[in-house]
Amino acid sequence: MLQVRILKSFGDFTLDAAFDAPAGITAIFGPSGSGKTSVIRAVAGLLACETANVVLSGTSLDRTAPNKRKIGYVFQDARLFPNMNVLKNLRYGGTHDEDAVIAVLGLSDLLDRFPASLSGGEKQRVSLGRALMSAPEMLLLDEPLSALDGPRKAEVLPYLEVLRDQTDIPILYVSHDMSEVARLARHIVVLDQGKVVLAGPLEDILADPAAVPFLGAQDTGSVLTGRVVGHSDDGLTKIETGAGPLWVPGPLGRSGGYLRVRIPSQDVILSRSAPVGMSALNVLSVTITALERGGQAGVIVTLKAGNDRLLARITKRSCDALNLVEGMQVFAILKATAIAPDDVV
Amino acid sequence: MTDWLGPNEWTALLLSLKVAFWATVFSLPVGFVVAYALARGQFFGRGALNVLVHLPLVMPPVVTGYLLLLGFGRTGPLGAVFEDLFGLIFAFRWTGAALAAAIMGFPLMVRAMRLSIEAVDAGLEEAATTLGASRLRILRTITVPLAWPGILAGAVLGFAKGMGEFGATVTFVSNIPGQTQTLALSIDTLLEIPGGEPLALRLAIVSIAIAAVALILSEMLAQRVTNRRTG
Repeated sequence: MLQVRILKSFGDFTLDAAFDAPAGITAIFGPSGSGKTSVIRAVAGLLACETANVVLSGTSLDRTAPNKRKIGYVFQDARLFPNMNVLKNLRYGGTHDEDAVIAVLGLSDLLDRFPASLSGGEKQRVSLGRALMSAPEMLLLDEPLSALDGPRKAEVLPYLEVLRDQTDIPILYVSHDMSEVARLARHIVVLDQGKVVLAGPLEDILADPAAVPFLGAQDTGSVLTGRVVGHSDDGLTKIETGAGPLWVPGPLGRSGGYLRVRIPSQDVILSRSAPVGMSALNVLSVTITALERGGQAGVIVTLKAGNDRLLARITKRSCDALNLVEGMQVFAILKATAIAPDDVV
Repeated sequence: MTDWLGPNEWTALLLSLKVAFWATVFSLPVGFVVAYALARGQFFGRGALNVLVHLPLVMPPVVTGYLLLLGFGRTGPLGAVFEDLFGLIFAFRWTGAALAAAIMGFPLMVRAMRLSIEAVDAGLEEAATTLGASRLRILRTITVPLAWPGILAGAVLGFAKGMGEFGATVTFVSNIPGQTQTLALSIDTLLEIPGGEPLALRLAIVSIAIAAVALILSEMLAQRVTNRRTG
């Protein structure tokens, strides 16, 4: 468990953030300029603050010098030492679990190379390995994927997932990309203009109508965890979730394995009658539990689907035309293509 | 070959090499510390230190020499300290010439080293900190290796300045053949005696050659460092 409380003024901008991060990945999410990077720099001790209380597993790090904090920090720009080859970079902070780290991150062919000859994805893998070999007690990842293009991201993401599943230390993951966050994080801290506006388990925050003003309709929605129950011959995967069975494109996961499915609120369509003759594959019978009219044309509809909660963002006009009210039974239509492949884990 | 220069000129050449060598050796570590402090440090008096370091570059060399005479002469406060503590006498000795050369070359040396330290990405030093490295280890493993070409350039500049220093040297330790008569002073003397000009020209050629070789050498070393890094 990592407890953080930070106060820092930069001219007319004040960073005033307090949150707890349990073991596993906690995403620090927010628009650029919201103070995300400053938060983890403060946790690392690299940023001088008026207040920077960092308590890791009950031990305060306030008086611990940055180089004694046992952190693994992965910078956005990797920051490999250009005068050392990959192996020397990896060993700079220690040789903890060397063989395993090299194997897991697929670095064995790179050991003699110098950073200048590595691709962006390779650099980030080395940077991650270097942090891990220093035997950190917490990991701070500052947008480790943002400098990478799509294919390179796809190259590094699986390693981050393995990392998440194999370590039990707190990991702070700074990002402004919700598809990354939904894929990796269990908890989320949302920053806006230096303040924590939302914090908690990822599923709860994303499906909270109150999150819409901060995250936008594109990034709010449900994250459902489901079990793979089958693969169809035409390339779809059937996932049994608490909300009901969902078909998602692509042969994903193993039968019996667990996957996460993200359903952005703007990708949910509501219908009062059971739809027929539609191309959408996923239709769930749901109950409206709340209607929240936003300032603009939108209405956020909270839906109870089985044991799970879905959010739908529809227009006021549709809401009025359908006469939607709380407690009403409706059908939620999720187009299978609406669940983008990289959002499916 | 030995006839090409007279015995006095050979003496002056060897003396110059000795003076410039020791001037560089002793000012290099001090220069690095000052350059590092100016590049990375945030402390009270940083601006004053910067001015102080650069003063010899802009002051008339005669003034620098005169100040050295006041400070490091046998009766000067610092001169007395060095004589008592180390038995080191600067006045009218080759050691004084080396001191003058070191002081005059110092701004050039510090400037080159400072620029190269500033060019080292502070983010790398930060990354090393997060990996548990102490300041000293970061300096040894990151900053110095990456700033190496600039440190080398600074040393070469300091050495070259030491080889050619005239004003401060002649003011501080005078022009004593075999003791303080370096290359530049020797050329000056030769130009003042009838028929000395051909020898003066030869010494000039020698000094140009030494300067050129030093520059080429440092370029090659710097290139090797760069190649290893990108290769």
